[in-house]
Amino acid sequence: MGNILPYLLGGISVGGQYALIAIGYTMVYGILRLINFAHGDIFTAAGFFMVYAAASLPLYLAIPVMILLTIVMGVLVERVAYKPLRSAPRMSVMISAIGMSYLLQNVMWYITGGLAKRYPVIPWVSDSITILGSTTKRVTIITPFLTVILVVALVILIQRTKIGMAMRATSRDFETAQLMGIKIDNVISFTFVVGSALAAVGSMLYFSNYAAVTPVVGTMPGLKAFVAAVFGGIGSIPGAVLGGFIIGISETLIKGAGLTTFSDAVTFALLIIILLVKPTGLFGEKSTQKV
Amino acid sequence: MSDNVLKVENVTMQFGGVVALNNVNLEVNRGEIVSMIGPNGAGKTTAFNVITGVYPPTNGVVYFEGKKIVENYPRGKMKKLYKPENDGAYTHAIELTPDTITRMGVARTFQNIRLWSSQTVFENVLIAKHCRVTAGLLSAAFGMNKLEERRQREECYELLSILGLEEVRDDLATSLPYGQQRRVEIARALATQPKLLLLDEPAAGMNPQETQELAAFISRIRTDFKLTVFIIEHHMDLVMDISDRIYVLDFGKLIASGTPAEVQNNQRVIDAYLGVSEDAEN
Amino acid sequence: MKKKRIPQSFVMLGAFLLLLAVVLMLDNIPGVPVMLLMVLRKGAIYALVAVSMNLLNGFTGLFSLGQAGFMLLGAYTYAILTIPVENQALVYQRYPNGGVGFSVTESLSRALGQPGLLLGVIICLILGGIVAGVFAYLIGLPVLRLKSDYLAIATLGFAEIIRAVVQYEKLGPITNGSNLLSNFTNFSNFHLGSLKLDTVMPFVFAGVCIWVIMLVINSTYGRAFKAIRDDEIAAEAMGINLAKHKRMSFIISSFFAGISGAMLAMYQASVQATIFKAAMTYEILLIVVIGGLGSVSGSVIAAFLFVGCSEWWLRFLDNTAVLPNFNAKLLLALIFAAVVVGVVSLVVYRQNRAQKGRSAVIGGGRKLPALKPSGVTTLVVGALLLLGDLRFLLSPGLQLPLVRSGFRMVVFSVVIMIVVLFFNKGLMGDKELPDLLRRRTQKTLNLEEGMTANERQRTEG
Repeated sequence: MGNILPYLLGGISVGGQYALIAIGYTMVYGILRLINFAHGDIFTAAGFFMVYAAASLPLYLAIPVMILLTIVMGVLVERVAYKPLRSAPRMSVMISAIGMSYLLQNVMWYITGGLAKRYPVIPWVSDSITILGSTTKRVTIITPFLTVILVVALVILIQRTKIGMAMRATSRDFETAQLMGIKIDNVISFTFVVGSALAAVGSMLYFSNYAAVTPVVGTMPGLKAFVAAVFGGIGSIPGAVLGGFIIGISETLIKGAGLTTFSDAVTFALLIIILLVKPTGLFGEKSTQKV
Repeated sequence: MSDNVLKVENVTMQFGGVVALNNVNLEVNRGEIVSMIGPNGAGKTTAFNVITGVYPPTNGVVYFEGKKIVENYPRGKMKKLYKPENDGAYTHAIELTPDTITRMGVARTFQNIRLWSSQTVFENVLIAKHCRVTAGLLSAAFGMNKLEERRQREECYELLSILGLEEVRDDLATSLPYGQQRRVEIARALATQPKLLLLDEPAAGMNPQETQELAAFISRIRTDFKLTVFIIEHHMDLVMDISDRIYVLDFGKLIASGTPAEVQNNQRVIDAYLGVSEDAEN
Repeated sequence: MKKKRIPQSFVMLGAFLLLLAVVLMLDNIPGVPVMLLMVLRKGAIYALVAVSMNLLNGFTGLFSLGQAGFMLLGAYTYAILTIPVENQALVYQRYPNGGVGFSVTESLSRALGQPGLLLGVIICLILGGIVAGVFAYLIGLPVLRLKSDYLAIATLGFAEIIRAVVQYEKLGPITNGSNLLSNFTNFSNFHLGSLKLDTVMPFVFAGVCIWVIMLVINSTYGRAFKAIRDDEIAAEAMGINLAKHKRMSFIISSFFAGISGAMLAMYQASVQATIFKAAMTYEILLIVVIGGLGSVSGSVIAAFLFVGCSEWWLRFLDNTAVLPNFNAKLLLALIFAAVVVGVVSLVVYRQNRAQKGRSAVIGGGRKLPALKPSGVTTLVVGALLLLGDLRFLLSPGLQLPLVRSGFRMVVFSVVIMIVVLFFNKGLMGDKELPDLLRRRTQKTLNLEEGMTANERQRTEG
């Protein structure tokens, strides 16, 4: 309890991982107005892809293969579960998302036999180091930097490129964007590509710390990342990142205080507080309903 | 003291920097049919939304039968942004929710018809009676309000037959033709037993003949239900036909008021509707 | 019309009593598969919780995902109040002097025998519901102001918080921390003479509760709920107090979720906080969707189908099986191939037809490529399935492929996805079982009188 530093470090690291997952949620929500409940399972699947890829490939190949497979999976989920329901009520799409999450979990359970798989050790990243007198894995230090680099790259992508402009237009007004000749389906697919790729990186960082992958392990981080996205203001990327760090840090601090039972509860308590004080989250935009 | 049912006093509605209603004052007396006209975007529906409590005005008061139902003054962010006059005239905030105002006796229809889509015509009207239900949840669930329930159903049957909607009673409300849907909306509003009826563009999308029928219909329900009616409308025919008085709204400001004949000959009204030529403006 | 209504409720009562009689028989005839009884019991409980969720999601249009949390509250309240005093030391091993020190059911049954036991159970079930309802009231104060998705995630969050709090060490003397609560009064404690009532009891309780929910739905308050679902702004403008009615619906729904949670505890004969996860809420939501949002009978039917499929009928998919001979293997492979070819050609045909319609409009008669990418995808998937089939046929063993532990849930969730994607109205839409029967008679009546265009549109649509 005396030394708060290791918890703070751990919190920043977990926060970075949440941030990477949260971006997937926030981007999809920004465009489709949908909580992609299956995103947490895509994150888990990325873990399994890594386990299987690393078993037969050298690491420098396994990582890109894993990221690629995750992207394919993310796009596939969108094509199968969300695209057919484009004009359906929002509740149907959300239910489809829940159904998809259920399906993915069951498939993963089936393939792995429900057993926890050891996550491959990534040399250098998984090494233990000592910083300011406390021992931790190098991944803890890398995570926040990597997160920030990726987010900056993403923001540049969204602000400077054509597809980024199309994404911004689509999230502003779905129908009008379509009328202006933007190929909505491509934009949505691209959103899932980016979201899944970031989730894949996040999963690599996350599991390097936790060592084992099980079919339902992604549910909680997934939900928390979603909370982070809401916390920061859904649809806002900086918001998602900040939300991720805040959630991550407060969670580890609670654990450090010896209240591990409440580490999940605190996340949701934070969510409910922010929703009551500022229903659109820290950086969210206000929307008014026309009568 | 005149017997006014509705009195709007210095109401300003500002969305950020945009002034939708600018210091509007108006009165509607008991038994009158009063219309408010104005070009698109003049702030007419906003006025209804303020009166019915959908959103609070930035500044001003609304009285219904002499009781304040809405009051507000520039607060928070609006303190700096507030532009029109009468700043500081009010210091209280009264925000009754729309349902409370409806129960006091103000009912409305919507410009873009908002019937309950999965319900029949009869159910639409019956649900509107819900606000007059005195039975609690338990007694309603266990059928201890049979008398009240039967009375309400009978009132609804009667209402529908008065409005000529008997035949379509068991049809899905949204499956009806447009004109009839508007009629159902009026029936639904009447079911709440209002003293003041607010009609938001009741003739929108109607042909001249339907409009004429509607005019007769509105006059009839005023006498039958002892109503005061306040209408927002585009259709000049309808407005000139049935209104006792007319208010004209342009860019959020009242620019004229009076009898139909007076308003028709008012130069500012003509300008607002037909536009002003460049040199006339200067 | 009005005269018809009274017999209908009698018919329903009669049907329900008949059902109870059948269930009672099944319970007491030796040789009835145990799985059937389990499915019936759990199905009845899930039916109740699904209907309670439907009241909220289907009838009031509030997308809430807190059901598991309220079930947990009901289950724990019930369990804590009914553990016999002499068993409390055993149950609360890790917490000396744990437990409440009394047991409602025990005291009452000591005083009044079997009727006392029943009374005690009913009291504790209702208390479980009340605790859930009180929490719903408190949670609803802030949360119900939120809109759709935010409401969903906030209620989900509250369910998680409740689960964490119950497991808190400091509450251990009451909740037993993260350990099991057991040894409390359950369905097997009831007998009528020598008749077992294990399965009848859940049916009676669930039946009564669902009946009450239906009464609420059919009352003027239920109509107001539907108005809120259809158009919130119009509902408020017509004098319906949104906050009050939403809260009402939320509390009623949670009350019955609490009772069903308590019944689930009785069914399992033990209870632990870890089972009341978000996954449980998702399952219930899927039941509601399969049955049809806004249909009570749909939820009930779907609950039994869901429990039956997940617990029993698909169980064979979890066991590895060996085919008797090569002919059986050939037959199976052929059937599979036929199904694949059939489905693929049907899908491609449909996709292509849509394509033709479009090319006529957009292409202005110009011929566009005959297949859309989606058509190609379907063909590729079909080809891969056939290849797999061929591999299975040529493989030496006689063992059924794919079928092993976990396959059941995969098949099951694929079926659910198909329902969600292609039949998103669910089994019943927003109709009830009697509606479907009455509709038919009404249709014939209409035909006799000569339908108006409007009515025809309605009966067809």
